[in-house]
Formats: sequence, structure tokens, C-alpha cells
Amino acid sequence: MNIQTTRPRTEAETGFLALFDRLDLPGDNKVKTARSEAIAALAIHGLPTRRVEAWHYTDLRTMMHKALEPASRPDKAQAEIAIGNRNWLDDFFMLPIVNGHYIPELVDEIPEELIISALCDGESAFIDGSLDADNAINILNTAFATDGLSMIVDEDCSPDLTIGIAHVYSEDQPAMTATRNNIVVCDGASARFSERFVGPDNIEYHSNAVTNLWLGLNSKARWVICQEEGDQATHLGQLNVTLGEGAELDIYVINTGSKLVRCEINVIVAGEGSHLNIRGVNLVGDKSHVDVTTVLKHNVANTTSSQIFRNVSTEQGTGVFQGQIQVAQIAQKTDAAMACNTLLLSDECSFSAKPELEIFADDVLCAHGATIADLDENHLFYLMARGIPERDARNLLVKAFLEEVLEDLDDEALSDILIHRIDRWLDARQ
Amino acid sequence: MLEIKNLHARIAEDDTEILRGLDLAVKPGEVAAIMGPNGSGKSTLAYILAGKQDYEITKGSIIYNGQNLLEMDTHERAAAGLFLAFQYPLEIPGVPTMTFLRTAINSQRKQRGEDELMTPDFLRFVKEKAAALKIDMAMLKRPLNVGFSGGEKKRAEILQMALLEPKLCVLDETDSGLDIDALKVVSEGVNALRSPDRSVIVITHYQRLLDYIVPDSVHVLSKGRIIKSGDKSLALELENKGYTDIIEDAA
Ligand SMILES: Nc1ncnc2c1ncn2[C@@H]1O[C@H](COP(=O)(O)OP(=O)(O)OP(=O)(O)O)[C@@H](O)[C@H]1O
Ligand SMILES: [Mg+2]
Repeated sequence: MNIQTTRPRTEAETGFLALFDRLDLPGDNKVKTARSEAIAALAIHGLPTRRVEAWHYTDLRTMMHKALEPASRPDKAQAEIAIGNRNWLDDFFMLPIVNGHYIPELVDEIPEELIISALCDGESAFIDGSLDADNAINILNTAFATDGLSMIVDEDCSPDLTIGIAHVYSEDQPAMTATRNNIVVCDGASARFSERFVGPDNIEYHSNAVTNLWLGLNSKARWVICQEEGDQATHLGQLNVTLGEGAELDIYVINTGSKLVRCEINVIVAGEGSHLNIRGVNLVGDKSHVDVTTVLKHNVANTTSSQIFRNVSTEQGTGVFQGQIQVAQIAQKTDAAMACNTLLLSDECSFSAKPELEIFADDVLCAHGATIADLDENHLFYLMARGIPERDARNLLVKAFLEEVLEDLDDEALSDILIHRIDRWLDARQ
Repeated sequence: MLEIKNLHARIAEDDTEILRGLDLAVKPGEVAAIMGPNGSGKSTLAYILAGKQDYEITKGSIIYNGQNLLEMDTHERAAAGLFLAFQYPLEIPGVPTMTFLRTAINSQRKQRGEDELMTPDFLRFVKEKAAALKIDMAMLKRPLNVGFSGGEKKRAEILQMALLEPKLCVLDETDSGLDIDALKVVSEGVNALRSPDRSVIVITHYQRLLDYIVPDSVHVLSKGRIIKSGDKSLALELENKGYTDIIEDAA
């Protein structure tokens, strides 16, 4: 298996190696070692091509053209302007990460139930995760992460508190951001997180964000990812979750931005009686490429998971959903369901859906389904026959299709915001 | 109101001719009943009036209030006052009925250059019309027609009609699937809309509906043409004798 090393390096690969040599990134010796190992892995594997199975539909080596300089840390005033009114809900407790740097100066008083520190404050345990050929996001992140949050949510945290993590890119030149969050929800605690990624259009910046989330015994959490980066951005996101016994987690992800997106959700269902819900909306237009890949490992008995993705592809967009469910031999009574439904609205767009089940236990329920369809012409006619112009009628039907996955979101304010994002995306078409 | 002349239409997909020289004129305020055997082209005519794309007009014309109807888009026809109550109303999952109603009303108003209806006025309007048709508001909280019974769907069509206040109503077998009480309620709904400047085309197989909605004219459609027209007594004649004689006479 030495094919990779004989392959000539791309501009991006060469760039990353050179950049690493030049940069002095934060961290103690342990972190520095981890970073060196990561860059060594990159030197060996290179960026993944289609031949790496997990990247079959997204040839990152071809699609990632450049290695960019890390974006610089803004001062308080700059960060304030960048955040501006991007605070999307007033009652969020907002943690701003501007250009890959956590800005504690802009944080309101931290509730007592939260322990928050910046990753670059010398915390050494933050670098982990595999450095295998298919884990390019973690490799790049480990090598180049500039900052991030460590957070511990204890059991007194109010379930009404929403912790917002605002990733804002504000440079007017292309640069790279890489952040890493480590979040622990303690036994019996509940927490709601809303992560949002925003940045300017027309700038080919790179955003890399890895979050490791641990849910303790009987804890409950909701994690929302709203990816609305600028229209030329490359967004590489990875959410790694470990679910403890009796834990419940709802993940909502909506992708409306970026030119290239790889959004990975990896969950280890490690505690009996735990439950995972994933709901996703992917809007793929222009010439964008959006790849959402989930890997669920049901490692113990009596757990459930449910995933529903609704995708809309239009113009020259290409979308990908890969959903892998692994059920270990001891994981009896696993109930795992996965659905991926896609609307294709143009002749030039596409969407690939690949469900993958690896089941080693015999007493399990695993249902999966993928559908791809166009809007129903008869539905369209019915709406138009009532006086609704074609474009509005189409949008009404697209929204109806998408909103079905937001219905479960028992939070009107947030669901209004997500619907607004869908509206905005629809309005921006043609 | 409506003047159809020598209309020939075929299915765009496979060139089968469905309408073969159809003539029909409907005056303002007139209620015209169209009857005819299954497959004679009644629904096709209704769809063509509403602007469905599946058909190709090969000959003839349709003038609606002085305008060439065939040159108008489906939504423009609706805004100009044409309403089709579908023989088979569609279920549209995910679209809340109230959102649909408000969008439809306001789209039409906008096209006509009128102010949009504000939410409180809209709600009051819907409540009033729904009550008259004995429609439970809870039903309207559901997605459009989803899970509605056959009769409920037909009633919902008439509610839409009452809210959109069209000029020309085309009712395609609105009576089918309705129980006896509902038939009365719906007929009253239609009669309430009768006025000197509003016309109605009632497509039906049964005299029973025409007992409630008494027509000014009755037309027999067979193999894509109107083969006989008369007053309300023609419907009674059909009820007694069936279509065979009339079709043979016309041949
Ligand atoms: N889109 C279509 N594709 C194929 N055939 C069609 C289509 N539309 C209509 N037809 C055919 O055209 C003929 C007329 O149909 P239409 O629905 O207009 O009849 P109708 O008079 O309304 O009948 P009914 O009384 O049963 O409702 C039928 O033979 C029908 O099968
Ligand atoms: Mg019919």
C-alpha cells in the first residue's frame, strides 16, 4: 500500500506541509506531538480521493485546491463588528468564535453551571481522534487547530438555556480557520446547543470545525448545526459524539451555504437505553457540492436511533448522503431507522444516497429508505389553479417537503429561524 | 362570460383526440349543467378551462370575458375569476390548509392590484365561510386535504370557492361522495354564490344535484362534442331514458 507516497503531491498537500513547518501553533508538548503526528499522516496519505471508500463521492484531493494561511485573531473591536447583529436569537447565551479564535471578551457573564475555557489555554487533552486516511478532517484539524472551546455542562444547567456557538468568518481575503470544541454534558444534565457558521460570499475561505461531545448517564442534549457559510467557502465539519447510558440526543443540521461541504456526524452509541435522533436539511444549489456522512455505531444492547434527511438539489448542485449504521454482535434490540428523501429540481443537478448497514446482532430492527423525486406536477397544477404563480407554488411545495423534518423540533423560535433560512435560500434561486 | 367555439383537444402525450369540435356558451348569471357518459370528456373540458398542461388544443377558441383564455397562465385564469372544483381534490402533505388558503387569496388579490388580506381579517373570513359549510376549523389545521374523507374534500373545495369568490365556477362532479345532508349544505353554498354576474358550470351524472342547484341550461356531452342542449327538463329526460337515444339521434 505505498501508492499514495508515489503519487505527486497536489498544490494543497504541498502547501499544508510547508505551512506547518512555518507556523508556530499553540499547545503544550503533548499537543505539539499530536500535531506532528497529524502532519505526518497527511504526508503519507495525502488528501483523500475517491479510492478512499468514505470519500467515494467527494474527491477532496481534487476539490481542495489550496492550503490557506490561518486567519488572524481579531481584536475585541474587530470581533464586535464581525459578530454585529449575527447573534441570531436574543435569548441565546452566545460564545463567539471569530476567524477561528474564541473571543472571551465578548461573552456575557458565564452561567455558573458552565465551565468554559479556551482550548489554546494550554489544555493538552484536546487532541485525539484517528489519523487514518479517511479522517482528513481530523488530520487537518489536529495539525492546524488554532482555538476552540472546552465546556462542561453540569446537572444544574437550565434546560431552557441555549448555548450558541457562533463561528464567524470576517476576513476579506481567503484564509483558513480550524477550531476544536470539547464538550461534556455531565450525568443527569440537559443542554441545548446551537452552532452556526457564517461568512461573506465571494471569498474562497476554508473552515474546519471538529466538535467532540460526550453525553453522560441519563443526560439530554440538543445540538443544532446551521451551516450558512459564504457561497464560495469550503466547510469541513465533524461532530463526534459518545452517548452514555440512558442519554438522549437530538441533532439538527441544516446546510444552506458553502461551495464545498463535507459534514460528518459520528456517533458511538455506547450506553444502554440511549436514544439518538438526527434530522437534516441539505440545500444544494449553484455549483455547490454538499456531502453529509453519518456513521452510527450501536455498540451495546437496547438503543435506538432515527435519522431523517431531506435534500433539495437544483441548478448544478451535487449532493451526497452516506449513512452507515454498525450494529455490534452484543447490541441486541437495536432499533435504527434511516431515511433520505431528495427533490431534484433541475436537469443538471444530482444527488447520491448510500445507506450502509453492517449488522452483527440477530435481534435488531434496521429500516432504511432513500427516495429521489421531482415535484409532483399535479400538486403544482392544483396550487396554480387557485391563483398561486408557478414560482410561489414550487417554493410552497419545496418548503412543505423540508418542513416535515423540522416538525419534531419542539422550539418555535428556532424552527422559525431555520424556516427563514430555507426561505432565503429559495428566494436566492434564479 | 364564456364562449367556446369548435374546440378540438388531444392528450399532448399520445395524440388521442378527446374533444372534437365542442361548442358551448355560458352567459353571466347562468347555471349550465353538463352531463354525459363516462369518458366523454367532461373533466377534460374542465381541466382545459383551468389551464392544465397535459392537453394540446389543435383547433377552436375559448373567450372568457372578452379575453383569449388559452393565452393565459393557470394562475392568471384563477386571478381573473375562474375556479375549478376538482373531481378528485389532491392531498398535498406538508402544506398547511390555512397557509394555502391565505397564499391563494393574497396571490389573487395581488395580481388584481388589490391589498392583501391581513391575518385577523383572513381568519374571520375563513371562520364565517367554514361555519356556513359546516366545516370544523380543526380540519383546516391539517395539511391540505390530507386524510380528509371524500365528502370532506368536496366540502373543502366549495370552501375554497366561497373564499376566492370567482366569476366562473366549474364544479366537476362535486356531488359524488357527498352524503345527503352534505349535498344540501354544499348546494346551499353554491346557491349562495349565485348572482347576475357569476356563472356556474355544473358537471354531474345525477338529477339529484340539479334538484338543489337548478340549472338554466343543460348540455349533453358525448365523444367530445355537445350533442344536445336544452333547459332543465333535458336532465329529467336523461334521468328517465339514459343517454342511448340521444346519442343515436345525434349520430
Ligand atoms: N391525461 C390523460 N391521459 C390519458 N387519457 C386521458 C387523459 N385525460 C383524459 N383521458 C381520457 O380521455 C377520455 C375523457 O376523460 P374525462 O376524464 O374527460 O371523462 P369524463 O367525461 O370526465 O368521465 P367521468 O364521467 O368518468 O368523470 C377518457 O377516455 C380518459 O381516459
Ligand atoms: Mg370526470
